[in-house]
Amino acid sequence: MITAGIDIGSITAKAAILQDGNILGTQVNFTGYNSSQAGKNVIDDLVKEIGISVEDLDSVVSTGYGRNSVEFANKAITEITCHGAGAYFLNPDIRFIIDIGGQDSKVIRIDDAGRVVDFAMNDKCAAGTGRFLEVMARALEVDLDGFGDISLQGKVPAKISSICTVFAESEVISLISKGETRKNIIAGIHESVASRVSALAKRVGVVEPVMMTGGVAKNIGAVRALEAKLETTIQVSEYAQVNGAIGAAILAEKQVRLEVLRESNKI
Amino acid sequence: MADQPIIKDPEKEKRKIKSVSKMKEIMTTYYIEAKTARENGKKVAWITSGGPVEFLIAMDVIPVYPENHGAMVGASKMGVDLCEKAEEMGYSRDLCSYARVDISCSVTNGGPIGGLPKPDFLVCCNNICGTVLKWYEVAARYYDVPLFILDTPFIHTTFSESAKKYVITQTYEYIEFLEKQCGKKMDFNRMHQVSKLAVQSLRLWQEVLDTAAHKPAPMTAFDAFFHLALIVTLRGTQIAVDYYKQLRDEMNQRIKDGISMVPNEKYRLLWDNLPVWYRTKWLSDKFSSHNACLVGDTYTSAWSGIMDLIDEDNFIETGAVAYSSVYINVSLDIMLETLKKLIKKYDVDGLVMHSNRSCKPYSFGQYDLQKMVMKELKLPTLIIEADMVDARSFSESQIETRIDAFMETLKG
Repeated sequence: MITAGIDIGSITAKAAILQDGNILGTQVNFTGYNSSQAGKNVIDDLVKEIGISVEDLDSVVSTGYGRNSVEFANKAITEITCHGAGAYFLNPDIRFIIDIGGQDSKVIRIDDAGRVVDFAMNDKCAAGTGRFLEVMARALEVDLDGFGDISLQGKVPAKISSICTVFAESEVISLISKGETRKNIIAGIHESVASRVSALAKRVGVVEPVMMTGGVAKNIGAVRALEAKLETTIQVSEYAQVNGAIGAAILAEKQVRLEVLRESNKI
Repeated sequence: MADQPIIKDPEKEKRKIKSVSKMKEIMTTYYIEAKTARENGKKVAWITSGGPVEFLIAMDVIPVYPENHGAMVGASKMGVDLCEKAEEMGYSRDLCSYARVDISCSVTNGGPIGGLPKPDFLVCCNNICGTVLKWYEVAARYYDVPLFILDTPFIHTTFSESAKKYVITQTYEYIEFLEKQCGKKMDFNRMHQVSKLAVQSLRLWQEVLDTAAHKPAPMTAFDAFFHLALIVTLRGTQIAVDYYKQLRDEMNQRIKDGISMVPNEKYRLLWDNLPVWYRTKWLSDKFSSHNACLVGDTYTSAWSGIMDLIDEDNFIETGAVAYSSVYINVSLDIMLETLKKLIKKYDVDGLVMHSNRSCKPYSFGQYDLQKMVMKELKLPTLIIEADMVDARSFSESQIETRIDAFMETLKG
């Protein structure tokens, strides 16, 4: 059975295709303004790369903020359930997931069957999200890819007291003018993200082992800062950014099996 | 096209509550009477929703509720515009949106009914929050009218004897204040009648709410939000008693006829905090789409929650204690006990808490309550962040994701 998961986030659109529990391929594109088109494009790119066609897909589940705009999906499931399913697929021991994406951060506790027990999401604020890091990297004229590495070099992280992205940006600018080193400022920025997200995690109650997913998991500075705040080690899979899409593909597979079961019961 | 008759969906028609039209009629009459009070030689008093209105009714004063008006503004989706006007005047966006829209309406005569009738005096009881004190002081200055403040001490564990004495003394001062404002003595026989009617309407209201304990529920919390208006505005009158009898009978008939409000009720949920007035339809549809029914809530049961503390033959003294004991004037431990009772009574599968940016005393402590409920009852809970009137605090896609994800966890 071949199934696909499509995760339309605020910044990137991700797709994953699975065949009988094996990842055939994954794809990450920019979402752009048209999330419906982004869904089509990301799956078209991926099937082309794998060398199959869209008709070969037995089922498609969409997730993420744009989940309801993917018209060809068989079902839309929230990213909470999908990240839970994805992390459980990548490592069934995982009980807690921290997902930081473009515009939201969420923490998810799952049970030994991969089911979501509890979750929490950030409020209406971009602080502690990927977008926050993006804005800060731009303010400091640093390439986002190297942002996390530089933060590890900061010996005395600068204190970023503002919880608002916009105000934090002006705070960073005033730190620069005061002569604070770029490394320390960047380390401080990562600490502030970690504080926000760890508060969310503690609200739900951290259960080890912990996995981090979402685009920000690629940022080593954010991972280390969170590990320090939560006093635990955090696993990061190579599939971190596409974890939601993988989870969606897993749930698509489950969906098909359920339907088959229902059909056979009818007979 | 214009000649074509509107075809109504019989399924939807069947589920509609018939009493709604009566309720609208009563509320329209009530507001017309309030707005024409001066022409008819009647006095108008503004009073907080948790205040002892019975005394006003007994003195033949028309009570007007800025909070009920705030709810109307919210339901009419006029909240943002009016909130912004208040902010232009210099009021903080962090101030309660009921207070903001009310202050705004006073100045602009805006809102769905062109503002509230000017008060002759004001009655403020702080059993519901501290904001009302400053809000009513502002109104007292603006209209240049007297203000009576009834101070109800917060209940941490029990209500002490000295606290009882304190509120009872104030109740007598309240009567004196009313006698002075109205230029006549209180008729205690009439007061007794009003007390009886108030308790009777509270009991009937509770009976209405209790019908939702039936599976499937004949009404939802969204219906309760609407039908609540009379228990707030006309408690202590025959009108409220008659109306709630009618509504209760209709609900019982629905149970007999097997009519549920949510077509395929599968999941039963309890709501905490005030409604999101401008999104009740959206939220109702959202939960219905998951076959989930909000069968009860802490808000609409707050009024009847204190009825057992009232002795209608000694309303003056027992009423004061009862009014001090309302749901949000008590500690989290006492709130938890109430929550537990509701969870059991309505046999719910989950708790949905509205973290209401406006209502601090209601929302503060919700995360602790959530933890207690999850720990002690193992009941799944969801917190959504919004505001009762200010739609700028409502993010549809974020709330949709939270509700969808919560329902996915309930469905397993």
